[in-house]
This record gives sequence, C-alpha cells and structure tokens, in this order.
Amino acid sequence: MTTLISDLFTRFPYASFESKGNEYSLTVPPEKLYETASILKKNELVSFDFLCDIIGMDYGDSLGLIYRLNASAYPAYTLALKTSTGERENPRIDSVIDLWDSADLYEREAHDFLGIVFTGNPDMRRLFLRQDWKGYPLRKDYDASPEANPIPLENEKIEDMETLPVIDLNSDRKIEPEKLFEAGEYVVNFGPQHPATHGVLHLRVALDGEIITKIDPNFGYIHRGIEKMCEAYTYPQMLHLTDRMDYVSGPINRHGLCLAIEKGLELEVPERAQYIRTIIDELSRIASHLLGWGCMAMDMGSITAFVYGMRDREKIMDIIEETCGGRLMANYNVIGGVMADIHPDFQKKVKDFIPYMRKMLKEHHLLFTGNPIARGRMDGVGYLSKEKAISLGATGPTGRASGWRNDIRKIEPYAAYGKVAFDEMLREDGMTFDRYIIRLDEIKESLHIIEQLIDTIPEGAYAAKTKAIIRVPEGEYFSRVENARGEFGVYINSRGDKYPYRVKFRSPSMTLVNTLKAIAVGTKVADLIMLGGSLDYVVPCIDR
Amino acid sequence: MEVKDIFIRNMKTEDFNENEYLEEYLKELRANGVNIAIAKLDELINWGRSNSVWPLTFATSCCGIEFMCLGAARYDFARFGWEVTRNSPRQADVVFCCGTIVHKMAPVLKRLYDQMAEPKYVMAFGSCAIGGGPFKKSYHTVMGVDQIIPVDVYVPGCPPRPDAMIYGMMQLARKIKLQEFFSLSERDVADRAHRMEAVAIGASENSQTEEKGGEQ
Amino acid sequence: MFQFSVVNQWIDEFLRTYLSEGWTLLVEFVLVALLVLTAYAVLALLLIYIERKICAFFQCRIGPNRVGPFGILQSVADMIKILLKEIIRINKVDPFLFRLACFLVIIASLCTFGALPFDGGLHAIDFNIGVFYLLAVSSLGVVGILLAGWSSNNKYTMIGAMRSGAQLISYELSCGLSLLSIVILSGTMQLSQIVEQQSDLWFIFKGHVPAFIAFVIYLIAGHAETNRGPFDLPEAESELTAGYHTEYSGIQFGFFYLAEYLNMFIIAAIAATMFLGGWMPLHIPGWDRINEIMDYIPPVIWFFGKTFFCVFMALWVRWAFPRLRIDQLLALEWKILLPIGLINILLMTLLVIL
Repeated sequence: MTTLISDLFTRFPYASFESKGNEYSLTVPPEKLYETASILKKNELVSFDFLCDIIGMDYGDSLGLIYRLNASAYPAYTLALKTSTGERENPRIDSVIDLWDSADLYEREAHDFLGIVFTGNPDMRRLFLRQDWKGYPLRKDYDASPEANPIPLENEKIEDMETLPVIDLNSDRKIEPEKLFEAGEYVVNFGPQHPATHGVLHLRVALDGEIITKIDPNFGYIHRGIEKMCEAYTYPQMLHLTDRMDYVSGPINRHGLCLAIEKGLELEVPERAQYIRTIIDELSRIASHLLGWGCMAMDMGSITAFVYGMRDREKIMDIIEETCGGRLMANYNVIGGVMADIHPDFQKKVKDFIPYMRKMLKEHHLLFTGNPIARGRMDGVGYLSKEKAISLGATGPTGRASGWRNDIRKIEPYAAYGKVAFDEMLREDGMTFDRYIIRLDEIKESLHIIEQLIDTIPEGAYAAKTKAIIRVPEGEYFSRVENARGEFGVYINSRGDKYPYRVKFRSPSMTLVNTLKAIAVGTKVADLIMLGGSLDYVVPCIDR
Repeated sequence: MEVKDIFIRNMKTEDFNENEYLEEYLKELRANGVNIAIAKLDELINWGRSNSVWPLTFATSCCGIEFMCLGAARYDFARFGWEVTRNSPRQADVVFCCGTIVHKMAPVLKRLYDQMAEPKYVMAFGSCAIGGGPFKKSYHTVMGVDQIIPVDVYVPGCPPRPDAMIYGMMQLARKIKLQEFFSLSERDVADRAHRMEAVAIGASENSQTEEKGGEQ
Repeated sequence: MFQFSVVNQWIDEFLRTYLSEGWTLLVEFVLVALLVLTAYAVLALLLIYIERKICAFFQCRIGPNRVGPFGILQSVADMIKILLKEIIRINKVDPFLFRLACFLVIIASLCTFGALPFDGGLHAIDFNIGVFYLLAVSSLGVVGILLAGWSSNNKYTMIGAMRSGAQLISYELSCGLSLLSIVILSGTMQLSQIVEQQSDLWFIFKGHVPAFIAFVIYLIAGHAETNRGPFDLPEAESELTAGYHTEYSGIQFGFFYLAEYLNMFIIAAIAATMFLGGWMPLHIPGWDRINEIMDYIPPVIWFFGKTFFCVFMALWVRWAFPRLRIDQLLALEWKILLPIGLINILLMTLLVIL
C-alpha cells in the first residue's frame, strides 16, 4: 500500500506530501484541487472512492478545506487532501460533486459555515441556517451577538418552485439555472414536525400519485452550533456536547472525541478503562439498535414492536444509570479513562442481561421478522448497491448491508476491540430487509463481545492522571469510531491552547439522509417512511 | 378552595414540592370571588379536562427519547389517560416541548401552537427548552421556549427522567383543576393577548397548513 | 327464552290505550331514537376504553387505571374534554363541505347501527331487505371521508381521502360477496329471519366450508372498511399525521373518532348476525340438554358476546401487524379476496341446490 501511494503521489509534482502512520496528507493549490481529486478517485493504482468528510477551515488569513479520503480496498489508510484559498471576500473552489455523491451536502455545509463557494455545485443554498442568516458562523470574525440575528417569528418563505441560486457561470463546467421542482409537481412537505422523520427533518417530496419523484431534504431545525461552541470551551467541557449529538448512542461519540484528544496528548489509557469503555459502547449500541428496530417497526405501523423494543432498552438504561449516573446522557468517558469506576453490581447485571436479551431477540424475530406483512413491505424495496453506498458514504449497518466492509472496530481496532473475537456482519443484497436484519444480528454480535469482556475486566485505575488544565499540543488530530449508525469521525485542530482551534465532527447520519434521497425515488410514500426507518438516522447528529 | 384541596387521584398533595405558583395563580383567579352555582359545573369540566390531556408528538432532540420511554412499557403514561398522542396539532391539548428550540425551528413551534385548539397547554421539558441549557453559548439556540410561547410547566433535567416528566404532568393536571371554564385570570388574559398577536402574525402568512401539508 | 318483543308489545299497547295512532307512533319514534343514540354513545365510550386496555395488555402495559375504578371513566373524561374543546374555524377551507363531512360519517354509522338486531324485537327497524340496507348505508361513510379530505385544503388529508376512497370501494365488493353467500344460503335478506333460521345451527356451521371462507373474507374486508390497522392507510399516523381528519378539531374530530370505533362494532355485529347466529344461543342438533342450558343465557348477552369476540379479533390484528402498502392493499383485494369470494358464491350456490 505504501509503495502504491508513493507511486501515486509522483503524479502531483505541485503538491506537498506528509505522512504519519497510516495517515497521509497532501496539500495542493486550490486551482489544482479538482484535478488532484479526480486522479485520486479515478486512478488504477488505488482508487480513493470514499469521501469521508470535508472539513472547512478558517486559518485566519485564508479559508481552507480538508477532504478526508479513504480507499474502500485499503480502509485502514486515510488521506487528507488539503487546500486553502487566500481570498476571504469571495472564496471559490471547484466542486467535486461529480466524483463523490457525498460531496453535495458537505460542500453545502462548508458554504453555510464559511461562505466558500463551490463552482460547479448547482445547489448552493445554505444547509443549516436560514437563507437570510447574516454572517458565516465558523469564520473567526463572526458576529455572534443576538442583535445580528434576532429570533425570527415568521416562517421562512419556502416556495415549492424555488430556483436554486447559481454561482458563477463563467467556470469551465457550465451549468444552467435549475429549478428545484417543476411547476406541475405535487409537492408535499414532510416535517419539520412530523411523527416519522426521527426528529426535525424537513423533507420536501414531489409525488406522482403515491410515487415519489424527487426529494429535497432541508436541515437545520435543530442546528445548535456545537462546532462553534467547542471553540470556546476547554477540552473537558467539550465532551458534554458530544452526548447530545447522537443521543441514542452517546457514549460512543464521546469515546471518539476522547480518542482524538488522547491522541493529541499521547496519553496511555489504562487497560481497565479500555474494557469498560468497550462494554459501555456495546451496551449503548444494543440500546440504539433496539430503538432503531422499534422505530422502524413503528414507521411501518406496528406500535407493539416499538414498545417491545423500548421495554428491553430499559434494562440497558438501568445498567448504564447505575454505573454512569445518567439514563440517556451517560456522560461517562473522560479524557484518559472513564468518569467513575463501575458499580459493584455492574458485572452481575450485565451477565443477567445477556441471556435475557438473547431470549428477547427470538421474540422480536417472531413478532416482526417473520410477519408476512412486514416481509412483504421490506423485501425488494430500497436497493442500494455497494458502489453507490461507498460513493454516498453510507457507513455503518447501511453500508454493511450492501456488502461494504466498513466496520471501524475491525479496520482500526480501538479500545478493547483488538482483544475480542467478533464477526463483522455483512450482507450482500442491499435491500431494506438486509438493513433491518443486520441490526438484529449486530445486537447478537455485541452481546458476544460483552460476554468475552465482562469477566476479564482487569484491575487497576479507571482513568489516567491528567493535568488540571489540558493543553493539546499543536497539530491536527483525527479519530474515528464505529457509532451505531456508522463512522463517527472527530477532527481537532489545536494551536497549543487550552481551547481547540477547530473541531469538526463527521456525522454518519448526514450521508444517510443523502442515501434516502438516492434510494427512495420511485418508491411509494409509505416506503419513504420505512426507508427512513431502515437507515435509522438521528437528526440532531446531522445538524450538530 | 385552596391548593391543598385540589385532589388528583394520582398523587397526594403533600408529595408536591412546588406550590407557590399555584397559590399565586389561585389568588389571581379568585380575586373577583367565586360563583357557587357554576363552581360545581367547573369541577366536572375540570375533572374531564385534567384527566384527558392528549399530547402532541413534538420532539426535537434528546428529551424526545425520554418521551418515548414515557409512552413505553415501564413508565406508561397511559395510566393517567395521557397516551392518546395526536400527530395533528388541531386535536392535541398539550405540547410536550422536548428538546432544544433553535432559530429556524422557532417559527414552526409558534405556528404549531397557534394551530392548536383551546384550551391548550405547554410543558417545557429539559434545560434546553427552559433556558438554552448546555447550548447557552450558541449563536443559533433560542434561550427557552417561553420567549416564543407561554409555558405552563417547566420540568428541569438534561434530559428529565420519565418520572420527572410524570411529576410535571401531575402539576399540569393540578393547574387545570384550578382553572375556571367561565372566567379567566389576568395571566390567562395576558396569555390570550399574546396568542392573538401570534395569530395575527400567522394570518399575514395566509396559511395554517403549510408545514404540515402545504396548500393545494 | 326471553324475547324483547314482549316489552315492545306492552309499551305499544300501553301507549295506544291513552293516545291516538299518530301520537303513539311519534312517541315510539322518539323513544327508539333516544335509545339508539344513547346506546351508540355508551358503546363508543366502552369500545374506546376496551381498545385502550387491550392494546395496553398486548404491549406489556397497564393502560388507563386512574380515572374511576380500573380507569373505566377514562373515555367519559375524554368525552367531556372533547365536547368543550374549541372548534377552529379554518381559513381557506370549503366551510359547508368541511362541516358536512363529519356529520355524514357519523350519520352513516348511526343509520347502520340502528338496523342491527340486538335481540328478538330489540331492533329499531326490520326491513325485508335488511342486508342490502346495511351494505348500502354503511358505505355512505366513504362520502364523508372523501369530503373531509377534499374540503380541508391540505395535501395530507387529500392523500388520505384518496387512499380511503380506493380502499373502501374495493373492499365493499368482498364484503358484499361474502354476505351474499349467506343470503343465498338463507334465501332471505331480512335480518330477523336470518337470525331465526340459525336457531338450530349457526350458518358458519350450516354452510360448511363456503360459509367459513365467507366468514374469513368478511372479517378481513370488514376490518379494512373500518380503516384500522393493518389497513389504516387513510389515517396512517406515521405517514400522513392524522390522514383525512388532520384539520378537524374539537367535537368534529370527536365524530370521526366515535364513528371509527362504532364502525368496528358494526362490522363485528354484522359478522355475528350473519355467521354466528346473532342473538341465537348456541344450539347443537341432538344435544337437547346443552341447548336448554344455553337458552338460560339471555339473547342480548349472546349477541354482545359474539360481537365482542369479533371486536377482540379485530383488535388483535390491529396491534400485531404492521401496515400494508397501498399497492399491496389493492392487490390483496382484487387478486386474492375477490376471486375467492366469487368462487365461494358458486360453491355456496351448488351447496344450496344439491
């Protein structure tokens, strides 16, 4: 792999190149970005076909972008493609939307937060903030006073026949002004307040009878500006915000952020803390999958299944509450370990839970998996091919249901995952039923992981000693963990201060909404809701 | 009638910790004396209303999961007759405002509230809905739903446990029991004025159904 | 066996001794109307309570238990609340049709309810075309639903109404065909005679396999007609918020709510009358002792017992199955139930002839 990459890099004489372990970085001037990206994607040596994230940066004197790329054939290696534009007034960078499908939302996000214009992307509306919002919040000179942007009392004017703002018709790749929906289309708004959008997501759907012809997701109804807030918080303070992003698997997110900070501090986490973290992660993964399973069943009209899922989830909530102190917000991981030692009853309760959950899984299969109507609804709907999944960046169970090996626990074993034997659940068909069943299989696998760890938790400290004031050395740190929904990435740019300079979270849910947009066209309204359930996105994680 | 005389079957009066608000509210209500003849009728009406409060399914973030737990097997708010969650604001009695409200969501919440039929109540769950909570420093968060709509009960916590939510529900039931069908306190009048203003804003936009269905 | 017609005759004679012909009829009409309305409201409240309790038990919950003993007054509290709830005047709807729709729905179900034979004589009107009347009037409800969806000026209600139209008209066929097979068997359309004919053996046993098939088809199609899960597409909560009645508030919504529950009862009651012998006790030819014991149970109890058995089946299905998709729903009717129903009629005819 290393030789392949160095071979590849000889094609970019203009770029500067660095490497640290498995992480490579490539800095190119902005006008060469598209060309470089295109070679990286399309070359025959190693195709970087998965665009993990686009991180927008304000370097002070210039605005920049970091494209985090992965090759699905060599998932352990990551490449950061960096560029920066000197201009702050009117920054322009070529869009890579035709190379990766996931680039669409990421570019809109960078546009929204930093005001970077992507030439070639037809849709340059703001992604999270209202279209009339003043300023770009992630720029360092942003005016955050409430007077600049008072609370609006009137709904945003959203017109069905909205014309997309077209930026720059003089670029090489010319595009025509495009309308979002045609004049004759029957446009229905799902959300922001809708029982089945799993939070406050706004989907504008064009219908032909019952058949969906076009979907336009609209985010930002729960955008709380977590990334900007992180810049004003110290490292230990920041941790609390991650739980509130993807709240159903909160401890895992927090684990990811802790990993990134620990990487920066070069802190050795005690063995005991590693084990406890792994067990809590797996417990919350089970809780999250149970909720996901229940919500999908509820989306299909079976409320009883939802209540059954919640009933079993309560058992996990009990265990987590006893040890962590909180039911939903565990607030458990801290830098260097965990907040407190496990409760004396912890091991016993977890061991009681494992056989209980196995028994209940059978019941869940009986109740819902074997149900003829449920099978009839799920079979043959919502096909997602492996190539499309990679291009869309649909990580996690969704990608694995399409046959894409993307489990970070296997690729880059963190915490105690290297010490346990478990299978990466993989299915080939990429249908709704595969996405459904893979979650129940993962619950089984998580139980298997917990079973191996629970009796062997080593003695010792539950947290490493850290300084009272934590200052992360200057540099960029990236970590990724396997959330219940997919790859949760954390990027920290530190300038040696006690506050981070820039924090970016890679939300697995955001690409899942893009996936919904891709697979739901041509299905029926009822399928749209069910597909949303099968992808199991959490909206506050998207909006951050 | 005093606050300690309000009987709700679910919980004893002495188990409630916060009574000051209700005492004040009662004083306001009874400022002009009580009409004995309609007081009995009021009692019947309030019995019905306080025992049948149908929530609107409205959840923006984390607290919504605890709201789901409230409806599920262990906490089961069906016991109190609150489980008929309506998805249409027209048919709901109370908004359980679960989760952070941000600038983009604020007008939507306001419109949802305007779409509800009287009598309507609002419960703010969690520190985000009460005053911004952990997102106090954010540029995009509304610091409490009471900046947009009048709130009846605040339930603190991040997120509040389902038990705490039930306590909040009982407090709302007591408040409903105090109210009079035929007369309004100054506070309610003020609330109503607030609402009328809200409706006026909504009216200029000419559609009540936009975020639910859009016009044909 | 006590028959309610004795009471009827006594009241009739009592009134006639004091009043003229016209006045007697008027008083009787008013009495019947009051009785039907009261029974309608009480049954609806009871059904709502039953559904909430049973649903809770299916879901490992307790269900309402605070208002009155075992929560039995829960739906009374709901009724008081909903009666005093504001009815919102909505901008840009068709006001006449909007208000008419909820009345149409409830009138249709009330008219059907009135024609049910609860007991020998406890029967508001005994048409000689009773079955035909039940089918005709119960399908009027769809007009109300379509109007509600159309006049609300909302896209969700519109989709809900259109789904409802497609669904109800399709399933009406299967309903009609399965009832027709019983009409063939009995040779009459008069409900009282159909019940009388089942005094020795219920039609579901008398009609052998065709009657049983008709019974199952009727349960499925009837369940679909009540718009309840897994056929609750018109008001699919997770898709269309509240479907065709999204814009209704207060008692207008209450009408839809009551009608939904009463329709469930009506479908169950028709199934009980046509297939399970209505108010007739269980009689097995030859087993005279058992038949005598069965006669001690009053017919009203038999009727409600059978009906609630069917209601329970409907609730069981409702809370165990996910929702069908619209194309699957229509495929089930047109490709499966309807052909089976047609063949079934042929079978039944052969059975009667031979």
